[in-house]
Amino acid sequence: MRKNYQLEKRKYVIGGFIVVIAAIYLLRLFGLQIQDDKYKDYADNNAYLRKTVYPSRGLIYDRNDSLVVFNQPAYDVMMIPRDVHDFDTLDFCATLGLSPDEFRQRLADMKASRNYSSYTPQTLLTHLSAKDYGKLQEKLYRYPGFFIQKRILRQYTLDVGGSFLGNIREVSEKDIERDPYFKRGDYCGDLGIEKSYDHFLRGVKGEEILIRDARGRIRGRLEDGAHDIAPISGKDLRLGIDIKLQEYAESLMVNKIGAIVAIEPKSGEILAMVSAPTYKPSTLIGRERGANYRALNNDPQKPLFDRALMGAYPPGSTFKPSQGLILLEESIVNLSTPFPCYRGYINGGLRVGCHPHASPITLKPALQTSCNAYFCWGFKALVDKRSKYGSSAKAFEVWKNHLVSLGYGYPLGVDLPSEGRGFIPNAKFYNKIYGEGRWSANTIISVSIGQGEILATPIQIANLCATIANRGWFITPHIVKEIQDTVLDPKYTTRRIPTIGQHYFNEVAEGMRMAVTGGTCRLANLPDIEVCGKTGTAQNPHGRDHSAFIGFAPYDDPKIAVCVYVENAGYGAAFGVPIGSLIIEKYLKGHIAENRKYIEERMLNSNTIIYSGVRKH
Amino acid sequence: MVYSPGNKQFENSVFRHLDWFTVVVYLLLVIGGVFSIYAASYDFDHASILSFDEFSGKQACWIGLSFVIGLVLLIIDARMYETYAYPIYLGILILLVVTIFIAPDIKGSRSWLVFGPMSLQPAEFAKFATALALAKLFSGYNFSLNASGRNYFRALLIILTPIILILAQKETGSALVYMSLFFVLYREGMSGLVLFAALVAVIIFVVAIKFSETLILGIPSGEFGILCMVMVLMIGMAAVYVKRFEVARNLLFWYGGCSIIEAVLSIWDVQLPGYVFFLSVIGIGMLYCLFEFFRLKRRALIITAATAFLSVGFLFSVNMVFDHMMPHQQKRIKVALGIENDPRGDGYNVNQSKIAIGSGGFTGKGFLKGTQTKLKYVPEQHTDFIFCTIGEEEGFIGTSAVVLLFLILILRVISLAERQPTTFSRVYAYCVASYLIFHFSINIGMVIGLCPVIGIPLPFFSYGGSSLWGFTILLFILLRLDATRKSY
Repeated sequence: MRKNYQLEKRKYVIGGFIVVIAAIYLLRLFGLQIQDDKYKDYADNNAYLRKTVYPSRGLIYDRNDSLVVFNQPAYDVMMIPRDVHDFDTLDFCATLGLSPDEFRQRLADMKASRNYSSYTPQTLLTHLSAKDYGKLQEKLYRYPGFFIQKRILRQYTLDVGGSFLGNIREVSEKDIERDPYFKRGDYCGDLGIEKSYDHFLRGVKGEEILIRDARGRIRGRLEDGAHDIAPISGKDLRLGIDIKLQEYAESLMVNKIGAIVAIEPKSGEILAMVSAPTYKPSTLIGRERGANYRALNNDPQKPLFDRALMGAYPPGSTFKPSQGLILLEESIVNLSTPFPCYRGYINGGLRVGCHPHASPITLKPALQTSCNAYFCWGFKALVDKRSKYGSSAKAFEVWKNHLVSLGYGYPLGVDLPSEGRGFIPNAKFYNKIYGEGRWSANTIISVSIGQGEILATPIQIANLCATIANRGWFITPHIVKEIQDTVLDPKYTTRRIPTIGQHYFNEVAEGMRMAVTGGTCRLANLPDIEVCGKTGTAQNPHGRDHSAFIGFAPYDDPKIAVCVYVENAGYGAAFGVPIGSLIIEKYLKGHIAENRKYIEERMLNSNTIIYSGVRKH
Repeated sequence: MVYSPGNKQFENSVFRHLDWFTVVVYLLLVIGGVFSIYAASYDFDHASILSFDEFSGKQACWIGLSFVIGLVLLIIDARMYETYAYPIYLGILILLVVTIFIAPDIKGSRSWLVFGPMSLQPAEFAKFATALALAKLFSGYNFSLNASGRNYFRALLIILTPIILILAQKETGSALVYMSLFFVLYREGMSGLVLFAALVAVIIFVVAIKFSETLILGIPSGEFGILCMVMVLMIGMAAVYVKRFEVARNLLFWYGGCSIIEAVLSIWDVQLPGYVFFLSVIGIGMLYCLFEFFRLKRRALIITAATAFLSVGFLFSVNMVFDHMMPHQQKRIKVALGIENDPRGDGYNVNQSKIAIGSGGFTGKGFLKGTQTKLKYVPEQHTDFIFCTIGEEEGFIGTSAVVLLFLILILRVISLAERQPTTFSRVYAYCVASYLIFHFSINIGMVIGLCPVIGIPLPFFSYGGSSLWGFTILLFILLRLDATRKSY
C-alpha cells in the first residue's frame, strides 16, 4: 500500500476551497436576510395588493331635510404597470372610447408623475360611464394588470347652488403635499362647502389587502380580511339653505348679473345665495369636468366668480340705514333733527342731487324717501364736529369703526373658502390722497350715501339688513346648519353686537317700514306681511346704475332678510324691489299671490345683461 | 466474505463499521428536503398531507425506495463494486447513448427516460458509474497519473465521455458537473498549476466581462486591470515560485519604470496606445524570463513566461468566446455578474429567489407561511430553487443550517476518503466529494445570485427521484467501501 504524504496534504486545498465557498455563502445570506430590509418589502409588494376602499362621501340636506347632494357610483380604470402584459391596444381604446393618441398621452402623463411606481395601482382613466364600465368589465380578463376602482361622483337633486355647494375633483400634487391624508387618485372638495367642509365630508379611507399570485390572480384576502381597514363614511351636512327658495332665486336672476343673499336673521343661516350668472353644479362632475371648467373660467361673464361673497359693489342707498344708526349713536341727530333738501345737498360749491320731496326732513322720512341731502348733512355734521372729535380724521375713524362693527370692511367669516372684504376707507387712506388735515366732510361727501370709495359685498349688505331685523345683533352668516355627530363652530352660534345702541335699530326699522308703505319700495308692500325695505341705486363707472334692495319681514318677528343686487339694471325699484319682495313672499307664503304674478313674470323674462357691457361671445 | 442470508457475522460487521455520522447527516438532509418540497408545493387552496399527487408525497416514496437502495448497496459485497466498475460504466454509457435517441423532448432537453408514471434521468446515475470507473483506473497496479501522458488520456477519456453524451442530451448543467472531477485528478497528482490556471482564467473572464464599459488608456478598464495583474503576477512568481530575488527585482524595475514613464507621459497628454504599451512591455518581460531561463536553467522561469503569455492570450480570447455564446447564456452571465439588471426577463428567477430568501429575515416567516413560494413567484421552486423555500420560511437559521450541514457532509466525505486503505476507495470517495462540492456551490450560488443560473439540483433537497437516488447510490457505495476498510 503506497501512501504519498505530499499528495495527502492536498486534502487541505480541497477542504479549504469548500470552507471558503461556504463562508462566502454564509456572508451573502447574512447580507440578504439580515442586513438588507428591502427584500421584505419587495416580497410584500409582490404578494399583497393593497386596494383602497373609498368611503361614501357625506350627503348634504337642506334646512327642510330635502336631499341636495348625493353620491353616484363611478368607475376609474386603474393599472399596475408591472403586471401589464402585451394586449390589444386598439380594442382596449375602442372599449374606453379613447383614441390611441389620447391613450399614449395618458400613459406618458402617468409616467411623468412624481408618484409613479410600476408596482402600485395608477389611475389611467377616471369616471367611466356605467355603459363603458359594463363593456370593459366583460373584457377585463384580456387585460391583465388592469382593474376597475369603484369611486363616487356627486349628484344633485335640483342642480342649483353651484356657487356655494362646490364640487369634487381629483387631488393635485399640491393637495398631496399639503395634506398627507391624500394619495394620488383621491378626491377632494373644490370650491364651496365641498372644500370648506371636506374634512367632514370625505370620511376616512379603508384598505383591503388581497393576496396575489405570480400571474396576478387574486387568491383571496390576507388572513380573511383580519388586516383590512373598513372605511368610515363621511359625515352628512344639513344646510341653512332652503333649496326650493334657492331654485326660485336663481330663476329670478336668469339673464341678469348680480347677487341675491337671503339670511334668517335670528340664526345667521343663509337661506338662499345666488351669484348670477350661475352654473349648474352638475357641469363640474364626470369626465367632462376639465373642459367645462375651462369654459366657465373663460366665460367673460365670469360665472365662477362668486358675486354674493366676492363682488365689491357700491352699496348706494342701502348704506343709508347704517348712516342713520351712526348719526343716532353719535348723537349728531335725534329723531326730530331736520336737515334741508332743495333737490339735493348744496354746500361749499358741491351739489349732490336728490329727488323732489318735502323739506326740511327728519331721519325716518329721509329713509322713507331715500333723501341724499339728509345723510350728506348728517355726515358733514359728524365729520366736521371738531368740538367733539378734534379733527375730521378722528371723527372719520369713529365713523369707520362703527361700520366695521356692523360687518363692513372685513370678511364676515362665512363658512366658505373665499370671501371678499369690500372696502371701507380709513383716515389714513384720505390723508394719503389729500394730505393730512387737507380734507373734510365735503371732500368725501359721497361716502355718506354709499358711493365713492365705499364698496361692500352683497353678503355684507344682507348682513346689515339682518342686523336691523334683529334690532341690534347678528350671527355670522353661514351655509351649514348642522354637521352629523359634530358640534357646529361656536362662531356660527354666537351673537355679534355692533357698537350701536340697540334701541336705535327700532327707529331705522321703522323708517324702512315707511319706505315700503309709502316710499321707494312700495312694490314690496305685501298685503298681509309687514315688509321693511330700502332701495339702492348705485352709480358706477361701468354704465347704467346698479339696482339694489335690502329688506326683511315680518316687521315684528323677522324670518328673512334679503339683499338683491342687480348690475346695470337702473333704479333700485326697477329690479331690486320686485325680486326682493318676490323672494320674501315666496319664502314666507310659499307661493306668489295672483295679483303679483305679473311682477314675477316680468322678472323671470327680463334681461339686464344687455346693459352690462359684457357680451357673451 | 460472501453474503448469505442469516449470516449474522456479516451483517454485524457492516453495520458495526458503518459510518453512522454520515448516515445521520444524510437523513437530516433528506428529511429537510421532503419538508421543503411539501412547503414549496403547498397550495393555499388545497392543503393535503403527503398525498401521492403532490410532489412531497412522491418524494416521500422516492425516499422510501432510496432507503431500500441504500440497504441493498450496503449488503452487496464491497469487492463487487471494484470488480464490476467498468461493466457498470459501459452499461451507463450505453444507456446515455440510447437516451439521446429515445427520450422525449422535455423543455428542450432529451435526458429523461419515461416509464409510465415514472421518469428517470440516466445522467444522474452516470455520476456513480464514472466515479467507479475512475477509481478502478487509478487503482490499477502501479498506476501513476504523472507516469505517462497515456494515463492522463485514459482519465480524461473516462471523464469526458459522459460529458459529451450528456451535452448531446442538451443538459449543459449536468454535463458541467463532471468537470468537478478535476479535484480528484488534483488529489491524485495532477499539477496544482492546472487548478491555479483555472482560477486565473475565471478571474480574467469575470473581470474582463464585468468591467468592459469604461476605458483606461484607450482599452477597457477590465483588460487594463488584468494586464497590470499579469505584470504583478510575473514579479510575484519570480520571487515566490522561481525563488530568484534578482529576477523579481529586475522585472519590478522594468515594469515599474515603464509604468511611471507612461503615467508621466499621460499627464502631458502624450498617450501611447494602451495595447502597444502593454504588449511591448510585457513581451520584453517574457523575453527577459526566457533569457534568465537559459542562464539559470530553472524550469519555473519558463512556466512564469508561459503563464503570462497564456493569461494575455486568454484575455484576448475571452471576448471572442463570449461573443460566440448563446444570447441567453451571455445574459445569464451578465445578470450574475451584475452588469445587467433584468428583473422581468432572464434575471426574473434570480431576482425573485433573492427576494424570497431576503424576505425570510433571521427566523423566517414560518413553515408554510412564505408568500413568495406559495404564490409561485419563484419558478422551479421545488426543484432547482428549493433553497428559496428554506430561506423564506426558515430564515437565516434555516439557510445557515443547510449550508453548514453540506459543509460538514463534504468535509466528512473528504476525511472518509483520506482514511481509506485502498486507492480505489479513496478515489471513489473524492469523486463523491467533488460532485457534492460542485452541486452545492453552483446550486446555492445561483439561488443567492452569485453564480450564473445553471440548472442543477441541490442534492437530497430538490424534488426528483433520479437526483435523490443518484446521490444515495454515490453515498452508500462509499459507506459500504468505508465499512470494509478494516478487512484489508
